[in-house]
Amino acid sequence: MTKVKSLEDLKKIRDELQAKVSLREKAEHYEQLIQVKVSMATCGIASGAKETMEYMINELDNKAVDAVVSQTGCMGYCYAEPTIEITRQGEEPVVFGYVDIEKAQEIIDKYIISGEMVDGIIPVNYKTLKDD
Amino acid sequence: MAKDKIQVLVCSGTGCRASKSDEIVKNISQAVIENDIDKDVQVIRTGCFGFCEKGPIVKMVPDNTFYVQVSPDDAEELVAEHLVKGRKVERLLYENPETKERISDSKHMDFYKKQIRIALRNCGFINPENIEEYIAKDGYMALGKVLTELTPEKTIGLLIKSGLRGRGGGGFPTGLKWELTRKVKAEQKYVVCNADEGDPGAFMDRSILEGDPHSVLEAMAINGYCTGADRGLIYIRAEYPLAIERLKIAINQAREYGLLGENIMGTGFNFDIEIRYGAGAFVCGEETALIHSMEGLRGEPGVKPPFPSEKGYKEKPTNVNNVETYANIPPIILKGADWFASIGTEKSKGTKVFALAGKVNNVGLIEVPMGITLREVIFDIGGGIKDGKKFKAVQTGGPSGGCLTEKHLDIPIDYDNLIAAGSMMGSGGMIVMDESDCMVSMAKFYLDFTVEESCGKCAPCRIGNKRLYELLDKITEGKGTEEDLFKLRNLANVVKDTSLCGLGQTSPNPVLSTMDNFPEEYEAHVKDSKCHAGQCTALMQYIIKEDACTGCTLCVRVCPVDAISGERKMAHFINQDICIKCGACMEKCKFDAIYIA
Repeated sequence: MTKVKSLEDLKKIRDELQAKVSLREKAEHYEQLIQVKVSMATCGIASGAKETMEYMINELDNKAVDAVVSQTGCMGYCYAEPTIEITRQGEEPVVFGYVDIEKAQEIIDKYIISGEMVDGIIPVNYKTLKDD
Repeated sequence: MAKDKIQVLVCSGTGCRASKSDEIVKNISQAVIENDIDKDVQVIRTGCFGFCEKGPIVKMVPDNTFYVQVSPDDAEELVAEHLVKGRKVERLLYENPETKERISDSKHMDFYKKQIRIALRNCGFINPENIEEYIAKDGYMALGKVLTELTPEKTIGLLIKSGLRGRGGGGFPTGLKWELTRKVKAEQKYVVCNADEGDPGAFMDRSILEGDPHSVLEAMAINGYCTGADRGLIYIRAEYPLAIERLKIAINQAREYGLLGENIMGTGFNFDIEIRYGAGAFVCGEETALIHSMEGLRGEPGVKPPFPSEKGYKEKPTNVNNVETYANIPPIILKGADWFASIGTEKSKGTKVFALAGKVNNVGLIEVPMGITLREVIFDIGGGIKDGKKFKAVQTGGPSGGCLTEKHLDIPIDYDNLIAAGSMMGSGGMIVMDESDCMVSMAKFYLDFTVEESCGKCAPCRIGNKRLYELLDKITEGKGTEEDLFKLRNLANVVKDTSLCGLGQTSPNPVLSTMDNFPEEYEAHVKDSKCHAGQCTALMQYIIKEDACTGCTLCVRVCPVDAISGERKMAHFINQDICIKCGACMEKCKFDAIYIA
């Protein structure tokens, strides 16, 4: 633990500690952010969903994109794991399949940042109870 | 540093802890390990979220899901469903009482919609036992700014401009108070934090100290810099063990980081803080009594002037401010006086924290902008009156305040409006009463409290309040006369005018305001020996309806004082001279043959 010796010191420490609360800060505006859900059931994890999630969190952070990444359960597309669902504010959620790190990068650069569609979309083929 | 993917915030305020939130933390942590996700999930204890009615609260981050009334047994399901499978646990989400819709984001709950959190900004957000989280939320930046960029005069100017007034009840402009202490020349000065929160039903200061102790420490240091004091004292009642514990942790952490102690941030400014314990006497919230108590003397108020700003603790200039006042200061310095002054009414700026209690659906801790109406607080945030009953009155300002009624519901709440309406802001207790509450009994309850809490130094308070209590007691017994009502009002005014300190000067307020707002209730007690709310037992009569009574003798057997007589299979009769009005007979009767008159 370091002693705070000056205001500059304090600012530096604050910036380093920001990560501790940034997740909570984001949560306050959850609905205004781009939401990324990574399917993290057994099938997803076996296909590398953990790595995909880790990558997305770091990459979105590096590019300072206002997005929040959370994990979810099996979406049912076990054949296309890892799958991720992205909701851009005010738009319908879009599901992408076979998202390895390379694909993740493409999705971030194109769809998340500029809204440009990329290949690999899985059409939503189910209804939830709420839709009825 | 590895980033957490999920954070679970569990309320660890006194209320939620009493409902086993410690066990919830334990069980969630356990389940997280069992599900092998402990690398990604962090469980954090926070301060009060405010929605105490629905506690314990568990909040999931980053998807901002707000779970209510969680029990330790729910931990496993929350982890397995929400954290592992990503599915919300519907049954633990808040249900909108009107639409029956489940709401997962607290922003959409009526309880939170009208709130603005300044003093409570970090409560329920950070871990109060971890200074790093406070620093991450710009903690101690205001102190840094003041020490490096602003002179004491400029800082005080900023506070004066912001319009901040004392949140302990008096409403004295904070900047002006600091200026008074600053101007006095002395070798040693002191800064004091008044954490002697004594109103029945109030828990604003406790929640701030439990949820965000560093905000108070930081503001005290700023106060020290502005007034020229290098020592701070927090006077807190020993009845607040959790707040004391967290304050101690916070003080130690701040010292470790060099944010308290000598040469803070290399500026040559020295400041350190100690805790002083009070025994929980109401009068010690009065600043001169508080200072006497800290000096080891009896907790009795002194005559002002001299004010503490000239002669306070150990005869040295002392600046006393309340917990909530302090909690407002760092944001004012960082965001500016204009920002703060843009919130609230013309003469009362910013927000006020209230402890909403009594017969209201959503009991809890709220922070609202000044100028909001009582109606919004009670009906929108508070969710209306419990059990569909009718609103009768709201008591603000605790034992020093008064009762406000239906006709006051639409006045904007601020210091001056509440006084004009016959009550006061006080420290922020707000107790809601419904049609089944008797106003005479209510006044008696508060008088009972002040009689108990009067220090006894001056005669009007020591003797006067006792006589007021006796008169009220006589009235609730049904033995009061019209002359007593006259005496009551007269004496109340005398006590008010002649008492030495704030306690006695305000203690008749509950009597006077109920007499003004509910004269018919006093008259009913006196003229007709009736308590329409049905609360004064002495004025009630249990009566058996002859035609409904089957003579089953059940009531006879249950009556503890043998007040009921009658032959088997014949209508029974209650002897009112013997009856103690316990209600046991009415409870037992299977034929609804007993009623209260």
